[in-house]
Amino acid sequence: MEVTTKGMPYEAFKDNEYIEKLADELRANGTNVVVGSLDKLINWGRSNSIWPLTFATSCCGIEFIALGAARYDMARFGWEVARASPRQADFIMVAGTIVHRMAPVVRRLYDQLAEPKYVIATGGCAVSGGPFKNSYHVLKGVGEIIPVDVYVPGCPPRPEAMIYGIMQLSRKMRVERFFGGVNRQENREEFLRNHPIDNTEE
Amino acid sequence: MANIQETIAKQFAEAAFTEGDQLLVNIPDAKWHDLARFLKETPELSFDYLVAIVGMDWTDEFGCIYYLTSTKYNTHISVRVATADRENPMLHSVTDLWAVAGIYEREVYDFFGIVFIGNPDMRRLFLRNDWVGFPFRKDYDTDPEVNPVRLDHEAVEDTTVTYVEDETGKVVKKDVTIFEPDDFVVNIGPQHPATHGVLRLRTAVDGETIKKIDLYLGYIHRGIEKLCEGLGYPQTLHFTDRLDYLSAMNNRHCLCLCIEKALGLEVPRRAQVIRVMMDELMRISSHLLFIGTFCMDLGATTMLFYALRERETILDILEKTCGARMTFNYNCIGGVIADLDENFVADVKKFIEIMPKAIKEYNKIFTGNVIAHNRMDGVGVLSKEDAVSYGVTGPSGRASGWACDTRKTNPYGIYSELEFDEIVRTEGDSMARYKVRIAEIEQSVRILEQLVDNIPDGEICAKVPKIVKLPEGHWFQQVETARGAFGVFIESKGGTSPTRMKFNSPGFCLAGAIDHLTRGAKIADLITIGGSLDYVVPDIDR
Ligand code: SF4
Repeated sequence: MEVTTKGMPYEAFKDNEYIEKLADELRANGTNVVVGSLDKLINWGRSNSIWPLTFATSCCGIEFIALGAARYDMARFGWEVARASPRQADFIMVAGTIVHRMAPVVRRLYDQLAEPKYVIATGGCAVSGGPFKNSYHVLKGVGEIIPVDVYVPGCPPRPEAMIYGIMQLSRKMRVERFFGGVNRQENREEFLRNHPIDNTEE
Repeated sequence: MANIQETIAKQFAEAAFTEGDQLLVNIPDAKWHDLARFLKETPELSFDYLVAIVGMDWTDEFGCIYYLTSTKYNTHISVRVATADRENPMLHSVTDLWAVAGIYEREVYDFFGIVFIGNPDMRRLFLRNDWVGFPFRKDYDTDPEVNPVRLDHEAVEDTTVTYVEDETGKVVKKDVTIFEPDDFVVNIGPQHPATHGVLRLRTAVDGETIKKIDLYLGYIHRGIEKLCEGLGYPQTLHFTDRLDYLSAMNNRHCLCLCIEKALGLEVPRRAQVIRVMMDELMRISSHLLFIGTFCMDLGATTMLFYALRERETILDILEKTCGARMTFNYNCIGGVIADLDENFVADVKKFIEIMPKAIKEYNKIFTGNVIAHNRMDGVGVLSKEDAVSYGVTGPSGRASGWACDTRKTNPYGIYSELEFDEIVRTEGDSMARYKVRIAEIEQSVRILEQLVDNIPDGEICAKVPKIVKLPEGHWFQQVETARGAFGVFIESKGGTSPTRMKFNSPGFCLAGAIDHLTRGAKIADLITIGGSLDYVVPDIDR
């Protein structure tokens, strides 16, 4: 018995309805030539050097380490600069289960990220609570507390899937407008308004 | 067994005995502390290692089952202590006898609300201090409205409570300060790259010297044990892969063994051999990841790439058979779920060849390095007595001179037929812990060498009924994972799902020993010590 794993066909990889829809929405009102070209240049730079935050709570985090090592080598894409401080990172890769006690910490990390910021939910746990969905102490997905840009399912997702997820994010960045009128940012502000942090001490 | 029973019965008339997979002593709480002291301090018993405390809710009673082992005679005993008071359940603490009891009892308090009289620190351990109710009680209110996701930060506590008995025998509550008012407290974690996951340590420092560490757990507490209570036995298996995901095979092996013991199931020889081989591959891959991340913590990032290179080879072997790089889902009740890949033998042989060379390379790059020596020699020394008292098993315990390898002391599977050395060192410092792991890789390779050509033909799984029902009773089983002795406790009332399932993880004891190990060390050594213990946080928190 021979088991072969088929890679994703190239057409499917390029077939990205979601991103196209986003791009159409953003371009609906036309683009200013000067700002538009500047946008393109900046986005080209941004999307090729996305720095992750070193953040992992459980099993999925080990695959994230594997992503950094020689075989999967995320340095090829400009993502290898994993930062320990959220202030220097572009996105959080939420790798692992998020539980009640951790929730305020994740939220704080997110708030500390410098703008523009993004979130990738990696693995069943971060997407929906995964195998622990029914537990009294587990969140049903990190989307409950912070806005998520890309979901990568799997338990754990293979490093290849993680690479695909981050590439998806970088595409998303490329169609966005850096200067003004970024639709996604508005959605995010709405999300944060609907999920306030109550009685903060500071 | 019989003479242990006699010795106890002579001293304690109240004790009642039940035979099971281990001798069980029933004792009223009033006599429990005396019995505990007797068990520990009588020379011919010397039960000096407290393996586990299993909190229980028998609906009419709350209580605990204590599992004890004598490291001298390799004998085992369990003790059942219960209280019928459901309003204010209280038991006596044994923290003064076994250091590890401190953290075990806090866990029981957190889950069941049983207060331990005499435990110096009766705070919650895993759950937030504003959590409502005790989740493992059978009458716990699971309504998400009671405990919603709270986004506000927890209040910082600088005091704790303890319950002590005064002369009249009345229990009084007392406040205790954790940190002195002028202590300088640094918060480390839960988001910190060197804590290997989400562990939080509030550290009081005097200049650069650590005075005390207050440990906060629960940032990845998933409530697995409670989840198991609602599931059928085959369904509970997959959780073990996600506890200590670096010892996934070994953990799952343990749960399968425990269920098989309860069912009285004979596992086919082929499956037993496969299981042991998988366990050892897993152990090597875990130790490799340890080498990689530990050296990276000490600044030797290159080692990560070297160690992960070999680890990927193992993952390839496992993936061909199991279809996954982690969370393998391979062992099942009665054997293993799928047969080996046709290339398995050839792949393992190839791996056996490269591993010794790779170890030589690691030693050349890192082990002999003068910086490595300066950072690890004599740092975080744990004596043998403390290792036993804190229940520090696995490579960390063996680095302190305690021969605690379950594969040797209580062999399971086919380990008794295999030839391998138990690596024991005496220094007890971080360097010893590192070296034990390197040497254990060599021993695991030795085991693989013996088995790779001797995988017998035959069934891979015994005949197991479609619906697995365990008879009434309780069972306890231990195996040796990459981090130490991992235990599974199951209590069944005869149904298809357990009434209580407990995973006794080695990492929990390691975390409990951090405060003791780091007192007086420099704050930079905290990283070395924590790294050398090699805990996995989801394994601690469960
Ligand atoms: S999705 Fe699976 S592998 Fe990832 S953290 Fe959750 S349980 Fe672990």
